[in-house]
Amino acid sequence: MAGTSTADTKVHPSEAEGVAREPLVLNDRPMSWITDRICGIVENRQPFIWWALFVPAAMLFGLLMGTLVYLVSTGVGVWGNNQPVAWGWAIVNFVFWIGIGHAGTLISAILFLTRQKWRTSVNRAAEAMTLIAVMCAGIYPGFHVGRFWMVWFLAPVPNANAIWQNFKSPLLWDVFAVSTYFLISVIFWYIGLIPDLATLRDRATKKIPKFLYGFFSLGWRSGNRQWRHYEMAYLLLAALSTPLVLSVHSVVSFDFATSVVPGWHTTIFPPYFVAGAIFGGFAMVLTLMLPVRKLYGLEDLFTHKHIDNMSKIILLTGTIVGYAYIMELFISFYGANKFETDAFHLRILSGPYTWAYYCMFFCNVIAPQIFWFQWARHNLWVVFIVANFVNFGMWFERFVIIPTTLARDFLPGQWGYYSPSITEKLMFAGTFGMFFMLFLLFIRFLPVIAMSEVKGVLPQNDPHFPDWKKLREKRRQAES
Amino acid sequence: MSASSDNSKSLFGYVAEFSTASDLYHAAEKVHEAGFRRWDVHTPYPVHGMDHAMGLGKSWLSAGVLVGGTTGFLFALFLQFFTQVSLYPTVVQGKPTNLFTMPAFFPVTFELTILFSGFTILFGLLAIIALPRWNHPLFNSKLFEKATDDGFLMVIEARDPKFKKEKTLDFLEEIGAGKIEEVAH
Repeated sequence: MAGTSTADTKVHPSEAEGVAREPLVLNDRPMSWITDRICGIVENRQPFIWWALFVPAAMLFGLLMGTLVYLVSTGVGVWGNNQPVAWGWAIVNFVFWIGIGHAGTLISAILFLTRQKWRTSVNRAAEAMTLIAVMCAGIYPGFHVGRFWMVWFLAPVPNANAIWQNFKSPLLWDVFAVSTYFLISVIFWYIGLIPDLATLRDRATKKIPKFLYGFFSLGWRSGNRQWRHYEMAYLLLAALSTPLVLSVHSVVSFDFATSVVPGWHTTIFPPYFVAGAIFGGFAMVLTLMLPVRKLYGLEDLFTHKHIDNMSKIILLTGTIVGYAYIMELFISFYGANKFETDAFHLRILSGPYTWAYYCMFFCNVIAPQIFWFQWARHNLWVVFIVANFVNFGMWFERFVIIPTTLARDFLPGQWGYYSPSITEKLMFAGTFGMFFMLFLLFIRFLPVIAMSEVKGVLPQNDPHFPDWKKLREKRRQAES
Repeated sequence: MSASSDNSKSLFGYVAEFSTASDLYHAAEKVHEAGFRRWDVHTPYPVHGMDHAMGLGKSWLSAGVLVGGTTGFLFALFLQFFTQVSLYPTVVQGKPTNLFTMPAFFPVTFELTILFSGFTILFGLLAIIALPRWNHPLFNSKLFEKATDDGFLMVIEARDPKFKKEKTLDFLEEIGAGKIEEVAH
């Protein structure tokens, strides 16, 4: 009886004449289906393929630990970086992993502020990916300082030497930016998880899961008197994370841009790094989510519309990155600075790493252009392959920036060639193991899609348009 | 109240289920009009506009976060100026050690402002919504488990001054509640 008074005349905006959109959840799935499907991933036994991926990933993680023990017990000399290339794979991989994380925050924060409702199916997994990627990233500068047990010197606490950190240095800005980014991402992720942990708590039958989910859901009762503050907290975190995510990769780029090294000393670095980070991060989200979607039957929640949107973002940011590559070259030519021109000449024409430049250019700029075509965005194999090209290309971008520039110092007497040692290679493989291992554990123990948020975007759950479904069917019949 | 005081000691309140978000929304408007104070709606997701239906204002968490953010901002400025300008001035990268060092301090100031705000959001939220509280009478209710799955529930507590055991039950049925469950303490 309630709520029918105005509904006959009102049409839900997403169904308005001429702009009817694809639904976010296909097949008119009810809320209980969403709960069952997503909690089922956690509650049921994992498929064989989960184990088939987890065991090698865990072994690679073990390899990482072994490599780090070897590194610490021997010394950082086991890495291949030396003068003139003091920043080898360690910093390449650090920037690579940090960049991966950015897509998670973009999805959870920026798309929240811009009211992109499709984000709800992707944000949980993307945020988890962010946290794991930042953990992987943190390993590299931690060990790159040389004496890992002295890492606490980076924190501004009084020490016996009475020397304080140099707050004028971009490297210290980086410490603050990355650690803030990690902590805020943890808070954002955890606050988002509380209602879903409560769902798992209410469904749990065994004692230990019930205790653990109950403990971490903090006794959430999903009352509106809680929701209203919760929603405000979420909005505030989104509003804070948006400038934060833009600042983090800007600060990472300051590590390069505030130096006086030709090839690094450019003002385009902050926006170029941020666009590249989002670009690489979305590629990694797709790389992870396409198999997850298939494996756990999430096609109705993570639809072609999501993949299409993410492919478009990859196309957009990839094109921005391509613009930045070309603009860098143009400015070095137009700036007529001898050292800048030489740096870029060595990068693209005659240097020892020109192969890396073209590899990067193809993967990042040419490959994503296929997303101009709708058939490419709708073919999952094409999307998956292009996403992996981008993963590969974004790693090469950081490789091009760091060793290419450092290998050719001002004087030819200081020239060198850097290639990574076996320890660095094993360590990089190890961080991939850590990344996949933690992501698989996340799938195993936590809801991979934010249930409470997806339920909120279901059309039948909008209190203002109660007859939405009936109206839609009526119109569909009239149209046909 | 005195007549039902013996019962209300053991009775926590009623949990009533509604069939759709819209029904719950309109029921909430009626409960608010009837002047109840100790009641809430429990839904698996935040229902749009429910604050308005329940007569609740804007959350004031944002005000707390402004204080937290300002603290972070001032702390960062203090930390950097105190250590770099007065305690141990070092001239590096040609940057001055006085007020004009300011631009180099922006990134850390920005990050600490965000960091302090973020922690204020987390702890402020938990303080306002009085969590963690792992034990609550509502968890005794079987019907209440639907609140995190697909139920649209309304809870009216017995300690509400307007609560009358029989009348409130009738009232809930009148505004369209389906299943109604009594919850004991």
